[in-house]
Amino acid sequence: MQALIDFLANNELMIYLVILMIFLGIELIEKVPSVLHTPLMSGANAIHGVVIIGAIIIMGQADNILATVLGFVAVILGTLNVVGGFVVTDRMLDMFKKKKK
Amino acid sequence: MLGFPASAKRGNLLAALGMGLAILATIFLYKDNNGNPLGNHLWIFGGLLIGSVIGTMMAKKVKMTGMPQMVSFFNGMGGACAALISLVEFNHLSHTGLEGADPLYLIIIFLGLIIGSISFSGSMIAFGKLDEKIKDKVLPGQQLINIGLLSVILIIALLNSFDIVEGTSIVYVLLVTSLLYGILFVLPIGGADMPVVISLLNSFTGVAAAMGGFLYDNKVMLFGGILVGSAGTILTVVMCKAMNRSLTNVLIGNFGGGKSGVDSAEVQGTVKSINASDAAILMKYSKKVIVIPGYGLAVAQAQHVVHELETVLEKEGVEVKYAIHPVAGRMPGHMNVLLAESNVEYDKLLEMDEINPEFATTDVALVIGANDVVNPAAKNDSNSPIYGMPILDAEYAQQVIVMKRSMKAGYAGIENELFYRPNTSMLFGDAKKMLSELISELKKLD
Repeated sequence: MQALIDFLANNELMIYLVILMIFLGIELIEKVPSVLHTPLMSGANAIHGVVIIGAIIIMGQADNILATVLGFVAVILGTLNVVGGFVVTDRMLDMFKKKKK
Repeated sequence: MLGFPASAKRGNLLAALGMGLAILATIFLYKDNNGNPLGNHLWIFGGLLIGSVIGTMMAKKVKMTGMPQMVSFFNGMGGACAALISLVEFNHLSHTGLEGADPLYLIIIFLGLIIGSISFSGSMIAFGKLDEKIKDKVLPGQQLINIGLLSVILIIALLNSFDIVEGTSIVYVLLVTSLLYGILFVLPIGGADMPVVISLLNSFTGVAAAMGGFLYDNKVMLFGGILVGSAGTILTVVMCKAMNRSLTNVLIGNFGGGKSGVDSAEVQGTVKSINASDAAILMKYSKKVIVIPGYGLAVAQAQHVVHELETVLEKEGVEVKYAIHPVAGRMPGHMNVLLAESNVEYDKLLEMDEINPEFATTDVALVIGANDVVNPAAKNDSNSPIYGMPILDAEYAQQVIVMKRSMKAGYAGIENELFYRPNTSMLFGDAKKMLSELISELKKLD
């Protein structure tokens, strides 16, 4: 229990920011018309590709074979998520662009 | 910026740019607790390059109709990445000694592992199902198995976090059970629920990424992950509401597979079919036609033909609009993307609430490959599994023409009494073929 209280006390700012982000996320969805939900989902999909940063960190710190191999795979998969996500979203949004003549 | 179709593209590019910056900054500026920079640059750039090439190729190659699968696939990759990070971190930790480890730190690692794995295996199953490679399956006692498995996973994780159970191999048990749960979780869910599931898995991956952010005290990861987690959850809830189903109902997974509760009242009556030339005459002399597209349109790749039909009809002075049900197709907005691809004007795509009052003044409602979203049973049959789901009121149109390949039931697996109504005619056949026939008949009439 003490650990939890310490954790909360040490990360007060972070926790506030997390809550802020949650509200921002809710706000974001409510502003988007449902016609854009598919690209939105795809865009959100690309954004959670930030997990790549974690993969880069483990890769950069890898000092044994297991960590190197897993880290390398993680970097590839993470990049797939980021790059694929953004390209797919871009293609979808292109569809909306064209008709604006 | 995502609020408007016009600026959304810029928003997306901006986000991509930000991501690129964050990646480069991490590679070159990250320092660990002892102030050492990251090594292994060659490996990192190698991985980035391979991932980028494969990712771009896949994303460029995929057809517009295949988008839902693609999103699901990329989502799974992110989940797998998060799970791997947790795995490596745990190994790292077990080398330096687990005893003194902060239980909260362990919980975060485990959560990242569990959520990431579920997201990965679940997304892969969703990908397979949308690609029609995997069929719906329900095990006997599926709900109990799922709940049981989930509790086992959580108990193992908790016990391990607080040093009650020792051992490093337990992490692999967690990995396997989580993967299994992901599979069992998505397997029984029917096609109609797929959009909800993908959205939910998307938010799962977001949370898994946020766990990574906690782990490395990295704000970009944390906020990006949380943002997606919350946005994804809300999107999921919005979609559930559109189908009038509770989230728990979807989560436990009892819809869409085999049993649809009590069989709703047998539908009586005869089905009238119509041929393309009669349908063409009917539409030519209408004032207003509303098109209701469904998954059948996507399967038949008929989005360009339907736009052509729209142009031909408009030349005849017929007003054409599209009625888009929130869950038409396999993803929210799936129909919009498809129709936008074929240059249908954005203002002609109307959402359910806007278009429903208009059906009463509509001469012809043309239903293309849609079924459950126009089933009146949702309003008047309380035994129906889709009872309460808001639907498009196609039944109020003067004449309903339903374009369908056969009398087969829709994804909810139930009969549609609309097809038996006196003002409904069926136009059997592949959507693309039938639409082309309609167009040529219309041209002949001139």
